[in-house]
Amino acid sequence: MPFGVYILASVIKSAIILLVLLTAVAYTVWLERKVVGHMQNRWGPTRVGPFGLLQPAADGLKFLFKEDLTPPHVYKPLFLAAPLIAVIFALTSIAVIPFGNSIQLFGYDIPLQITDVNTGLLVILGVTSIGVYGVALAGWSSNNKYSLLGGLRASAQMVSYEVSLGLSLVGVLIMAGSFSLRDIVAAQRGHFWGFIPHWNVIPQFIGFFCYIMAAYAETNRIPFDLPEAETELVAGYHTEYSAMKFAMFFMAEYANMITVACLATLLFFGGWNGPIFGPPLLQALLPVVWFAAKVFVFLFLYIWVRGTLPRFRYDQLMAFGWKFLLPLALVNLIGTAIAIAW
Amino acid sequence: MISIHLILFLMFGAVAVAGAVNLLAQTHPINSALSLIAVMAALAGEYLLLGAEFVAAVQVIVYAGAIMVLFVFTIMLLNAGEEERTKGSRVAVLFGVPGMLLGSLLVAWVVLRHSGTGAVAVGAEPGAPKTIGALLFHEFLLPFEITSILILIAIMGAVVLASKPTPAGGVPQKVQGPR
Repeated sequence: MPFGVYILASVIKSAIILLVLLTAVAYTVWLERKVVGHMQNRWGPTRVGPFGLLQPAADGLKFLFKEDLTPPHVYKPLFLAAPLIAVIFALTSIAVIPFGNSIQLFGYDIPLQITDVNTGLLVILGVTSIGVYGVALAGWSSNNKYSLLGGLRASAQMVSYEVSLGLSLVGVLIMAGSFSLRDIVAAQRGHFWGFIPHWNVIPQFIGFFCYIMAAYAETNRIPFDLPEAETELVAGYHTEYSAMKFAMFFMAEYANMITVACLATLLFFGGWNGPIFGPPLLQALLPVVWFAAKVFVFLFLYIWVRGTLPRFRYDQLMAFGWKFLLPLALVNLIGTAIAIAW
Repeated sequence: MISIHLILFLMFGAVAVAGAVNLLAQTHPINSALSLIAVMAALAGEYLLLGAEFVAAVQVIVYAGAIMVLFVFTIMLLNAGEEERTKGSRVAVLFGVPGMLLGSLLVAWVVLRHSGTGAVAVGAEPGAPKTIGALLFHEFLLPFEITSILILIAIMGAVVLASKPTPAGGVPQKVQGPR
């Protein structure tokens, strides 16, 4: 492929994926309000558009036109940089996520992924591990005790759970023998005994459990949403933020949720593998449809858990992470290694 | 000939040097810590240019993503404020500055003398995760294991230092936590 075509294809793909991602972020918020509303015997948003479907647009406009306050005693450079850091790194990690095989367009073979790196999984782990600075610096630079506590909790929690998160994925890596997300998906093609899909979640169910638990803690979602626990910390690290800067933290949180859901789909649920049938156009589209459907299931699970579980206490959170999840992930790793070496 | 590699190398190098200078020039610890993160990230870029993608990723995950988070965490927890600027110590002027100059001269001399030997094609050195794993667990197994034991000793030392002092000859007191 000529260099110019490559650049053009990358720019177009980036634009499309960013558009889809931001729309998905907006509608995940809508879905959450709607689903949690129904779980609590309420209606959720109903006024703006049919079923409240235009509510995200109204919210976006509201965030744009609200007064953007900067409290007087904050440390200004970092107070302004923190939401940017959070949202930039949350959106970056989507760049290495593949969502289908390649398609043929104008005689060129275009992979359905912004950039294909052979250490894709490590890139995602690295980018998400940088993302913690957004939260930590927001808490510190706000010069507010609730914000500071939120930031401290966030950094301690994310560093602790990153260990379990990394270890829970090593089992999958051993089975695929590669860091490339495409190779990992390719290794999950086919079926066990002809009818059960050959997904990693079946041999790696312990790894999957560890991954989901650690990922919920990494994204600061219930039951691990200690950094912004409203009942104790007002709003945690984003107490002092308003208007678009607050919206950036919101976007970062939901974009991270989507990344986690994509990663769970790719690593444990066979990515875009699924039954392919019908005319050629449908055959080309179906893998992307399967991928999106699986991601949707994980996003729904996030919301379901939020509507069901209460929040952990902070010492319980740390004890769970270090004394239960980490040993479990290690046992899974050793078991997988022995089984593969057998 | 100026290739894209050379431009990127100079760019990452400039970021790394600027970050290192800024680390020393800043008076606020948190700004210094953030400059150090920039240095680490720039170094990861340089590793990537050498074709060592695994080392680059680990550099970001371990140094920038975990160790520096702990630095920032400590600065936040101690609520360390701005530091005063001093005129500099006499020891630094007498020994530090000449020593640094001498060291840089030595490095420059060595590099200039052996300038032809260091050139390696990009990707010629092992950089892929598989090759690194094979090297670590076959050729360098003993140094690898010794390093891990060293780190284990350091961890145990940290735990002992951080734990509550025990009464002489007795068992450690149970820490009273919330029920």
